[in-house]
Amino acid sequence: MHDMPGHDYHIDIPGTTIFDGKMAMKGYALNKMCYSFNKAVNRDAFKEDPEAYMAEYGLTEAQKDAIRSSNILAMIAEGGNIYYLAKLAGIFKLSVQDVGGLQTGRTTEEFKEYLLSQA
Amino acid sequence: MAKILGGITTSHIPAVGNAIQQELYDDPYWKPFFDGYPKVHQWIKDNKPDYVVNIYNDHGLGFFLDQMPTFAIGAAHEYRNEDEGWGLPELPPFPGAPELSWHIIESMVADEFDITSCQELPVDHGFVVPMQLFWPGAPNNPDMPRAVPISANTVQHPIPTLKRALNFGKALRKAIESFPEDAKVVVLGTGGLSHQLDGERAGFINKEFDEYCLNNIAHNPEELTKISRMELVEKAGAQGTEFLMWMMMRGALGDNVTELTRNYHIPISNTGAGTLLLECA
Repeated sequence: MHDMPGHDYHIDIPGTTIFDGKMAMKGYALNKMCYSFNKAVNRDAFKEDPEAYMAEYGLTEAQKDAIRSSNILAMIAEGGNIYYLAKLAGIFKLSVQDVGGLQTGRTTEEFKEYLLSQA
Repeated sequence: MAKILGGITTSHIPAVGNAIQQELYDDPYWKPFFDGYPKVHQWIKDNKPDYVVNIYNDHGLGFFLDQMPTFAIGAAHEYRNEDEGWGLPELPPFPGAPELSWHIIESMVADEFDITSCQELPVDHGFVVPMQLFWPGAPNNPDMPRAVPISANTVQHPIPTLKRALNFGKALRKAIESFPEDAKVVVLGTGGLSHQLDGERAGFINKEFDEYCLNNIAHNPEELTKISRMELVEKAGAQGTEFLMWMMMRGALGDNVTELTRNYHIPISNTGAGTLLLECA
């Protein structure tokens, strides 16, 4: 897909990925797997055998590696959308503050302090 | 004909649902947030709306990327939530209002807003948490109005412009006011305000921008339509784009509104949390 300069989705916002058509195509398999985690039976199947479950959904090697290493920034770079990834985070019982800390190199407590500092 | 009483906005953070479940109303962390609601409860008690049009954004429960409607309207007899992957409690169904839904759908499409109709629509925290905040015990509240859910896409760009959102609301007002029933309607705009969950900028909150939005939405919403979508992402954070729901609601309230109550608090979870009650003239 070519960039379309007439559209306004191409400004650079540091630390922010614009989840547009290109990212949605790149991340489709990963997001589809995470969407399946809305159902408990699918969460259980993933927990039982993550490799088999990822293979069933056709994740790329890069997407699988991001999950194997719990690297959220890598998941986003591989097209993951945070709303679907949040369901994967749910399996690991991570709060959004845990997820925020993991992405910004902070402990969860440090991340909470950062949130509070903006009041 | 139906009458729109007013509009209410609120953040719809999942953590709020947990706090309600645990009754943390007087907890030091939660009190400044929950203190924003008693006036809304009184207004609802005094006015008893028959219908609630709940404008929210689905977060990956009702819709997936295989088919992503920009504007979707529920037309079901009832709406059920699910655990969303986090073990959220599954509630009894929220009663729907399919005859009002289809009237709105007819009117909106005649007005050239091409929407997606949904006879089945699982509703997520974006719909449920505001209902719990405004009608304690929802859906088991004797004053619980029948619901019409409207979901706008903020999951995947391109998202609607702020101008389109405001104009959607204006068309929605025409639709509701032409519904041939002497009924009272309240419109909700849920989500926001500034927050970002993803990326190295996760945790971003922008008090100044939130206050700018709060200061303009009641009496100067046209000013806010000058904000481009990328500017919205930049200033409100990637998920702060949910402010579009507030604009949709605002459009449905007509030119003259009175601000009856306002609350703003940082942080609730990762978010600048805002509540506003606007009564129609």
